[in-house]
Amino acid sequence: MSPEKMVYMANQIATFFKSQRGSDQAERIAAHLKDFWEPRMREQLIAHVETGGAGLDATVIEAARRL
Amino acid sequence: MNVHAGTPHADLIDGRKVADARHDDRDMGTPPKTGKPVTLTIDGFEVTVPEGTSVMRASMEAGIQIPRLCATDMVDAFGSCRLCMVEIEGRRGTPASCTTPVAPGMVVHTQTGKVQKLRKGVMELYISDHPLDCLTCSANGDCELQTQAGAVGLRDVRYTAPQAPVLANHFSARDTSGEANPLYKAKDSSNPYFTYDPAKCIVCSRCVRACEEVQGTFALTIEGRGFDSRVSPGAAFDDFLSSDCVSCGACVQACPTATLQEKSVIEKGTPTRSVVTTCAYCGVGCSFKAELNGDELVRMVPYKDGKANRGHSCVKGRFAYGYASHKDRILSPMIRDRIDEPWREVSWKEALTFAANRMRGIQEAYGPKSIGVITSSRCTNEETFLVQKLARAVFGNNNTDTCARVCHSPTGYGLGQTFGTSAGTQDFDSVEKTDVVIVIGANPTDGHPVFGSRLKKRLRQGAKLIVIDPRRIDLVRSAHVEASHHLALRPGTNVAVVTALAHVIVTERLYDEAFIRDRCNWDEFQDYAEFVAEERHSPETTQFLTGVPAEELRAAARLFATGGNGAIYYGLGVTEHSQGSTTVMAIANLAMLTGNIGREGVGVNPLRGQNNVQGSCDMGSFPHELPGYRHVKLPEVRAIFEKAWGVTIDPEPGLRIPNMLDAAVDGTFRGLYCQGEDILQSDPDTKHVAAGLAAMDCVIVHDLFLNETANYAHVFLPGSSFLEKDGTFTNAERRINRVRKVMAPKNGYADWEITQMLANAMGAEWSYEHPSEIMAEIAATTPSFANVTYELLEQKGSVQWPCNDANPDGTPLMHVEGFVRGKGRFILTEYVATDEKTGPRFPLLLTTGRILSQYNVGAQTRRTDNVIWHDADRLEVHPHDAEQRGIKEGDWVKLASRSGETTLKAKITDRVSPGVVYTTFHHPDTQANVITTDYSDWATNCPEYKVTAVQVSPSNGPTDWQEDYAAQATRSRRILPAAE
Repeated sequence: MSPEKMVYMANQIATFFKSQRGSDQAERIAAHLKDFWEPRMREQLIAHVETGGAGLDATVIEAARRL
Repeated sequence: MNVHAGTPHADLIDGRKVADARHDDRDMGTPPKTGKPVTLTIDGFEVTVPEGTSVMRASMEAGIQIPRLCATDMVDAFGSCRLCMVEIEGRRGTPASCTTPVAPGMVVHTQTGKVQKLRKGVMELYISDHPLDCLTCSANGDCELQTQAGAVGLRDVRYTAPQAPVLANHFSARDTSGEANPLYKAKDSSNPYFTYDPAKCIVCSRCVRACEEVQGTFALTIEGRGFDSRVSPGAAFDDFLSSDCVSCGACVQACPTATLQEKSVIEKGTPTRSVVTTCAYCGVGCSFKAELNGDELVRMVPYKDGKANRGHSCVKGRFAYGYASHKDRILSPMIRDRIDEPWREVSWKEALTFAANRMRGIQEAYGPKSIGVITSSRCTNEETFLVQKLARAVFGNNNTDTCARVCHSPTGYGLGQTFGTSAGTQDFDSVEKTDVVIVIGANPTDGHPVFGSRLKKRLRQGAKLIVIDPRRIDLVRSAHVEASHHLALRPGTNVAVVTALAHVIVTERLYDEAFIRDRCNWDEFQDYAEFVAEERHSPETTQFLTGVPAEELRAAARLFATGGNGAIYYGLGVTEHSQGSTTVMAIANLAMLTGNIGREGVGVNPLRGQNNVQGSCDMGSFPHELPGYRHVKLPEVRAIFEKAWGVTIDPEPGLRIPNMLDAAVDGTFRGLYCQGEDILQSDPDTKHVAAGLAAMDCVIVHDLFLNETANYAHVFLPGSSFLEKDGTFTNAERRINRVRKVMAPKNGYADWEITQMLANAMGAEWSYEHPSEIMAEIAATTPSFANVTYELLEQKGSVQWPCNDANPDGTPLMHVEGFVRGKGRFILTEYVATDEKTGPRFPLLLTTGRILSQYNVGAQTRRTDNVIWHDADRLEVHPHDAEQRGIKEGDWVKLASRSGETTLKAKITDRVSPGVVYTTFHHPDTQANVITTDYSDWATNCPEYKVTAVQVSPSNGPTDWQEDYAAQATRSRRILPAAE
C-alpha cells in the first residue's frame, strides 16, 4: 500500500489508543497491529520507521519498535 | 390466502427421508393468546386453552373447525362475516366464535340445526354476489369461499341480482342487454406480482387488516358503505402500483378468494408441493414455504412457524426470486487467459484444473501468501466454512475475508471489546417487550422490512422511538408512527451524539448504578463517567458540530434512560465510518449505562445487511479469526483445527479485502477466489478496486451472474441459488435456520461441492457428501455450535447460538447472567472528526443507503420485476441545495468527489438536510462507489461509505468514465461458442 495510506491508518489506531486511560498506549497499539495487520503490512511499517518514520505519530513509532 | 400444500416438505439427511411432521401450519382462525388456563367444553369435548383465546381457536385446538371467512390467525378477530356463529349454553343468540373469548365451564355447540341454517343463509348471500366460475378460477381448490360453501352444505342460491333499474352485482361487467354495470370494477394488474380482482371480493377486510396489523403500511381501506363497500388501494383513482402499497404480500396471504392472487399462480396453477426454507435476502432471515409444481417454483409463502418473521414477508423474499431462473444466469464454467479475451465455455474439469494450476503457479512464484479468498455472506454457513478452510488448509494462509469487512466488521470489534462476543444480544421477539427504541444509522422499513413491521407494531402499541439519522427515514413519521425525537445529525458525528447522550445520563444521574455495580467493571465505569461528564461532551457544546439541538438531545437521553426497557437497533450508518468501531462501543456503553442488557425488550441489535453476514463471520471468514471468533494467534485454538484438518495453520493474521487490493497493486497478492460477492461494485473507491483486480494473475469468480468483478476474472465458476442447495443461514439474531434444496442445481452442483472440487484440484482430499457433514465438523471445532446438528434443526425448526451442553436449546438472549467476557467493559469514546471534510471544491456530504425494492448491488433484484419501483439510482438533494445549483427534479447531475465522478438523476426532497445528499448503490451503470473514498474505520478497515465530500452540478449525461466502463464491461462479457 502507499506509504501515505499506511501512515494514515497507523496514526488512526494511535489516535484511538491515545484517548484511553493508562500509560501503555504503545503496547496496546503494538498488540492491535499484531492482531490485525498482516505481516507484510507490519514489515512495511517497520521499514518506514527504520527510515525515519515520516508522518507517523510518535506513539506508533514506539509501538513499531515492539513488533 | 393460507394454503396447506398437499405434500408436507421432505428432506434428505444422510440419505434418509425425514418428513416434516413437526410444525402445525394450520390457520387457527384467531391469534394465539397467553394467559392462565381455561377449560371449556366444545361439542362434548373438553379443551383447555389460555385465557383470552377465542372460542373459534379453542375449537380448532379441539380438532373442530368452525366455518369462517373473515377470520384468520394472522390478524385480530373482526366478527363481520357471521359465518362462525355458534350456540353457547346459557347465552342468548348465536355469537360469533371469533370474537367470543372462552370462559371457564363454557359449553359450546358448533353444529346445531339453528347455526347450520343461519350459516347456509349467510353463505347463500355471499355466493349470490360472487362469480360461479370455480372451475376456471385461479384459486380453484385453494379458495376458502369454495371450501366453506362446501362446509356449510350450500346446494342452491335462491337470490339473483336485480337487473333493473341497474344491475346489482359486482361481478358482471355488463347486464344482459349489454349495458355496462356501474358496480363492476375491472381487474387491477398494475402490481407486477399480484392482481386485484374486485369482482371476486367478498369484502371480508382481511387484506385491509393485514396491511394495517401485520405490515403497518395502511395502504388499503374499505371505500363506500353497505353494498357499495369495496377494497381500495390508497385514494380514489389509485391502483395498487400507484398506492402506498409496499408489496409485502400480506394482503395476498390473507385473501380467502382469488381477489388478491399471485400472477405466478394464475399463470402456472396451484402448487402441489412445498419445501420450508430460508430467504436469501436480508439479515432478518425469514422462513418461507417454497411452493412448487414439480420442480417449477410457483410462489414463496411466508412460513407461519418461522421464528424470525412469524409469517410475514417483504417484497423481496415474497416475490423477487425470478433472478434464480433469469436468462443472464451463467450455467457453464468458463475460462480465459487474459481479461481482455472473450470467455470460453469449458468442462468443470478443465475449469478447475486451469484454476488450480494458476493458483498453485502463483504460490510457487510469489509465495504461499500471494493468494486468498473472499467468502460470501449470501452463501450458507457450510459453504463459507469450506471457503475459509480452503485458504487455511489448502492455500496455507489466513488470507480470507468476507463482505462483512465493508459492513459489520466494526460490530465484531466493538461488541467483542465491550461485551466479549460479536453478535446481537436479542431475538426479534424481544421488540414486543420494548418501551423505548433507538434506531441509529438504520432504515428498517427499507433494509429489514419484516423487522420494521414488527417494530412499527410495537410503536403503535405505545413504545417510544428515537431516530438518529441524517435522513428523515420513514420511521420518523409514517402512518400511525411518529418518532418522539429525530436527531438529524451531520454525517460523521455519531460518536459525538452518542457520547453526548451518555453525558446527559451521567450528569443527570439517570444511569442504572445497581446494574453497573453488579455487571460491569466499576473502576472502568468511573473513568468513563468522568470522561463523558466533561463539558466538551455536553449537548450544548456538541450541537455546533453535530447539528443536533441540545434540548432535543437532552430530551432523547432522558427518555431512553427513564422510559422503561430500552433497545438499540443499528445498521451500517453506524459502522461504515472512520469511527465505526468507536460508535459501536459507544452504543454498548449506552446500553450498559442504562442497564439495558440481559433481558427481553432491551439490548444492542446490529441489523445485518445480507442474509448470512452473521454466519459468515461466525464461520471464521475474517483473516485474524478461526471459526467462533478465536484469534489465529492462539495455539490452543489452532491445535483444534490442525488436528481436524491435518495441516499446520499460520499463526499470523491474513490480509483484509482492502489490504488484498493494496497488495495486488504492489504485486505481492496475485490470485483470488471470490465466492458470491461483487467487490467491484460494492467496495469503495472503484478505480482502486479495479486496479487491484486487474493486477492479479488469477481471479476466480464463483457467482450466479457475470457480475462486475467478473469483468476482471480469468475463471468463472457458475454458482447455485439458495433454492438449489442444502445448508444453513444464521440471521441477525444468531438464529441458525435451515436452507433446503427445493430443486436441483441448474448449474449442476451446489456451491459447497464446487469449493470442494477446487480444493481437491489443488491437492486436498475432501470427501463431504452432504452439508450436514460440514456442520458436524463446525460443531466439533466450534464451542458455540457444539450441539448444532441437522437433526436438531429439523426437530426445533431453528436454534440461536450458543447451542452447546450449557445451552442445549440455544440462546435467545445473550448476557443474561453475566457478559461473555465476564464484566462489561466501558470504553472511552473520544470523537474524532473524519478527515473527509467539505470545502469549496466539495461542499456537500454524500451518504449512501438502500431502498426497499432493491438489495445490495442489485445483482438479484435488478433481475426481477422489482425494477418497476427502482430502475436507477437517484441522488436525493435538498430543495435549497438544488435551487442554488439550478437543479430540477429528474435532471441529470454530475456527482464528483476527490475519488471520481459519476452522473445520475436528481430527486429533490427534504428527506435530506441542506448540505447532505444521498444515493443508493444498486445499479452498476451509476457506480456510486466511484465516488466513495479509501478512508476507513480505524480498527477494522471498514470503509467510510457514509461520509464523502462531494459537489453536485447539472450534467448532460454519463461521464467519460461511465461510458468507458460500460464499453469495457460489454467487451469483457463476450462468450465464445462452446467448442465442439
